[in-house]
Amino acid sequence: MNLINHLINGIHVGSIYALVALGYNMVYGIVKLINFAHGDIIMAGAYVAFFALDAGMPTVVAVAASVVFCVVLGVVIEKVAYRPLRKSAKISLLITAIGISLLLENTAQKLFSATPRLFPKIIEGGFYVGDRQISMTTIVTIAVSALLMAGLTVFVKTTNAGKAMRAVSEDTEAAQLMGINVDRTISMTFAIGSGLAAIAAVLYCCSYPQVYPTMGALFGIKAFVAAVLGGIGSIPGAVVGGLMIGIAEALTKGYLSSMWADAIVFSFLIITLLLKPSGILGRKVVEKV
Amino acid sequence: MSGNRRAYFKRTLLNTCLCLAFFVTVNYMIGARILNRYYTNILNLVLIYVVAAVSLNLTCGYLGQLPLGHAGFMSLGGYTAAIITTRFSIPDIGPIPGQAVLFFLATVAGGIVAMIAGVLIGLPALRLKGDYLAIITLAFGEIIRVLVQNIKITGGAMGMGGIGKYTNFSWGFFWTVMVVAFTFLLVNSRHGRAIKSVREDEIAAESVGINLTYYKIVAFAGAAFFAGVSGSLFAHHICYLEPGNFGYNMSIEMLVMVVLGGLGSISGSIIAATVLTIVPEVLQTFATWKMIIYSLLLVVVMIFKPSGLMGDFELSAARLVRKIFRRKEDVPQLPENYTEGEETDEQET
Repeated sequence: MNLINHLINGIHVGSIYALVALGYNMVYGIVKLINFAHGDIIMAGAYVAFFALDAGMPTVVAVAASVVFCVVLGVVIEKVAYRPLRKSAKISLLITAIGISLLLENTAQKLFSATPRLFPKIIEGGFYVGDRQISMTTIVTIAVSALLMAGLTVFVKTTNAGKAMRAVSEDTEAAQLMGINVDRTISMTFAIGSGLAAIAAVLYCCSYPQVYPTMGALFGIKAFVAAVLGGIGSIPGAVVGGLMIGIAEALTKGYLSSMWADAIVFSFLIITLLLKPSGILGRKVVEKV
Repeated sequence: MSGNRRAYFKRTLLNTCLCLAFFVTVNYMIGARILNRYYTNILNLVLIYVVAAVSLNLTCGYLGQLPLGHAGFMSLGGYTAAIITTRFSIPDIGPIPGQAVLFFLATVAGGIVAMIAGVLIGLPALRLKGDYLAIITLAFGEIIRVLVQNIKITGGAMGMGGIGKYTNFSWGFFWTVMVVAFTFLLVNSRHGRAIKSVREDEIAAESVGINLTYYKIVAFAGAAFFAGVSGSLFAHHICYLEPGNFGYNMSIEMLVMVVLGGLGSISGSIIAATVLTIVPEVLQTFATWKMIIYSLLLVVVMIFKPSGLMGDFELSAARLVRKIFRRKEDVPQLPENYTEGEETDEQET
């Protein structure tokens, strides 16, 4: 009985993880960078949505505002901080990404203080299946995530822009020779990833209604673990990884203790890296000299 | 060759003398209360951070990897040492106070525990390319935090009190000299050149027969050991440990010190650790903006000077002396890339 509840919870949280993991995966696939700031973009999106709702805007407008803000933020971060370093050593890029992440977190802390704010309830209700209650939040979260992921897959597989993205992530220079605007493609990748993060932020706040400056840090890292687990650079991988992490976390919280949930998630990461570094659905990449 | 050896000997002698002079002067100043308790406390904290930053520079600057779990190693070392010093005691052996021996052994034990953890965590992570290490060490730091929060012996989330205030200037200085000497000797040895070659180009290094995993683990274990030592010094400096002490922010602070000082510059790390410890202590307004300024600094430095402010430049007392006296016939020319000078910049502490 309980098991099914935990599983539903797991899929619920897991689909949010999957949305965020998609952002990590797309960015990693295209610029080979762990975008540490991704988690903090979630935080920014949550704040924007919170203030918009607080000002009495309808839900749709608030979500749209949050998406637009995050898209702009993601593109600006890429332009200002990552683009100048694209050719330099990887360690510099990583340090910059950490710097940006800290900057967002601490600026939010200065602006909004560390006190958590209560996110209003935007999805009400629920219904019964047999004698088990399923909340509307769960249904909406799973449906929205599934829709977005399907949309993204179609986009990447069929449209010209999606093909350009795949080409750049496969071989940047060859793509450039084929006349693909690499800069624009990379900006677009960041935009899509950040937009997904904004939606993930709203969905996350529907189930954990607290907005605070460091909310994105741990959440982002766990989503990254999901991305690694599923196979970095692969869209279905992000989905599989996200769901697995979500379910593992829900089961740990249900049967063991919520204290250990984080440790379990991170052990997943270490075990994955030990057994299959390229992740469950990732391709093994052989580096050529 | 003998000329070279003489220069080496002279340099070592000079640095040792400078070190001793610095040590004696500061100890006198503490004894004579020229440096009051407050300043002595800051000085000790500086030395603790120097130990941590220099050890992080070994993996970050010389090996070219990015570990984000340095605070995790410090936490392991700190808790291990604190558990030992609070549970055991050693009787005085003649003129040697037993408590000092105990503290030394506990610190070494803390270092060793951190080192073992470093090897265990490094084995899976270091087989992989670059950025996985960052994330796996970050995960490791979090796992350690969760562990510390949940087991009894560390006091759980309540923290661990009653730790003796054993860290003083002498211990701090001793371990600083140790970490500087170890890092300096290692990176200028054959092994050190291998480690640096891994940083420059892993594929090229591997193709000339350098065992990547081995050298990564060596550098990683060395860094973890001294991180553990610094954790032990920290524990016996603030006398009270709680899981939040060694969070992600602490790892980042260490990283800022290394990056600002220069990736691959021991003296750079020392100067950066000194400045970044003293400034927030002295300027309270700075302290509240600290993290924002740190993060901006990280980004700006990386964009404009990716190797850090000092790059791999080292301060050197021997070079200074040579410049002052210009006795070229006495000092044989060293090869260009021969870095030298180790504890010299301690004077600025």
